Amino acid sequence: MNVLIYIESENGAPKKSALEAVAYGAEIAKGQVVALASSDTATADLGNYGADKVLQFAVSGKLEASQVAELVAQAAEAQNAEVVIFAKSILNDLAAPMVGIKLGASVASNVIEKPDFSKGFVVKRSVFSGKAFTEVALNNAKKVLTIKKNAVAMTEKGKTAAVESFSPAITASPVQIKETTQKTGDILLTDADIVVSGGRGLKGPEHWGMIEELAKTLHAATGCSKPVSDMDWRPHHEHVGQTGIKVSPNLYVAVGISGAIQHLAGVSSSKTIVVINKDADAPFFKAADYGIVGDAFDIIPKLTEALKKAM
Amino acid sequence: MKILICISHVPDTNAKIPFKDGKPDLAGLTFVIAPYDDFALARAVELRDQTAGKLTVLCVGKAETEATIRKALAIGADDAIRVDAEPTDAFFVATQIADIAKKNQYDMILTGRESSDYNGGQVHGMVAAMLGIPCVVPCMKLDLNGNVATMYREIEGGKEVVQLPTPFVAGCQEPIAEWKIPNMRGIMTAKSKPLQVVQPVGVTVATQVASYEVPAPRGNCKMIDAGNVAHLVEMLKSEAKVI
Repeated sequence: MNVLIYIESENGAPKKSALEAVAYGAEIAKGQVVALASSDTATADLGNYGADKVLQFAVSGKLEASQVAELVAQAAEAQNAEVVIFAKSILNDLAAPMVGIKLGASVASNVIEKPDFSKGFVVKRSVFSGKAFTEVALNNAKKVLTIKKNAVAMTEKGKTAAVESFSPAITASPVQIKETTQKTGDILLTDADIVVSGGRGLKGPEHWGMIEELAKTLHAATGCSKPVSDMDWRPHHEHVGQTGIKVSPNLYVAVGISGAIQHLAGVSSSKTIVVINKDADAPFFKAADYGIVGDAFDIIPKLTEALKKAM
Repeated sequence: MKILICISHVPDTNAKIPFKDGKPDLAGLTFVIAPYDDFALARAVELRDQTAGKLTVLCVGKAETEATIRKALAIGADDAIRVDAEPTDAFFVATQIADIAKKNQYDMILTGRESSDYNGGQVHGMVAAMLGIPCVVPCMKLDLNGNVATMYREIEGGKEVVQLPTPFVAGCQEPIAEWKIPNMRGIMTAKSKPLQVVQPVGVTVATQVASYEVPAPRGNCKMIDAGNVAHLVEMLKSEAKVI
């Protein structure tokens, strides 16, 4: 069983989530592990996390999801890949089901663990916005998965991948990009090992400096609750929760967020949750591993200082 | 403009999901239009008004979904189609939508970026691939000028402005429009709007739910004194091992 992994890259390097997808592919493959990456992506890490081969395609600007789907489907056929793996991202979430249709594959999104082969090909995924998990059997011969962060441990295999070039036939897209606004240099929420989020308890956008300072100290991404994004204190792409971004970092720090069920849905698969809130009855404490009852304006600067000393 | 809005019938997002015999026990829950679909519906109503077009609401589901479909009619859809089948997986639902879309040639197909029950986020992409038309997700703003749509699409860490001609599929999210609450006139007229029930087209089963699991509750939250934040740092390092 060959496995193909689509690699998203940033500034010439594979995204960390893409390396996790390679590690996942290496864990489950019973044949070749093939990474599909743009020709300007560094290949060393792809081999290190388990790719036998890197298939390189020439870059011609930003690809639409439909074009990624064409590229991946052609590569999967050329490489006889039975399983195609994507790391969860906005673009990949759309490309994966399109690849599924092109290949006649079973598709599963938000996969959180390695497949269970004892019952066929069964994957575990989160449903009801994190309120439950389900095991899903993928019946078709070919499978397409999008995996969530932390679906597998990253182990270095120390391989050197062979590099091959690949020339797919890509159709022009009718979608024209007119303008892009993107904060660069920030750690992306979905990619971050640590996320620090602020809620209404912070009283206003002018107080986000201390959240950003704490996040910087932890090398974390910043998020926020729904009311905060609704009031335009923070942009929508930082909204963590049921109707925003769902995260599964190693550490989630919630400051001044009471813990509405819709917010909890977006963070419940975090490994460790820390809640800081002045209201001892805030429901979030029931869903947390560590809690501090107190004034964020007092605690956050102190916590940042303590972390600076300790890290 | 002929607009198709596809909605899911899901448990209210405020609800805890009870489990019985290893399955979600949804009998006692209130059902709603899935929140993202509700945003898409609100914008679809506005675009229908702007273009003096026709808005059809589509739901794949058994008879119990009709109250949810009537709510979409009350909010402003002109007519409805219910595909009489359990929405077993994304491929099944997408196949039904694509089949109806092929017969009716809509200018745009709107839906939410994902449902709030199974969170697959796959249906819009599958429908677009089946029909060979473009798909924009997540669409946060959608304006029409003739047959050209201008949309804001969220990307990681920001947004893009994109333009494309009809026909297309868009998976929508806030703040594309404010949720609309049906008024009394809407509720009254919804009762007499056409709701056509059609049989599903046959589909091979691509995926099957084997079992469910409820997340293990977290251990008791360890409370740390506000005066001793260094202790939290210590715990995160040595016990949780996350920093």
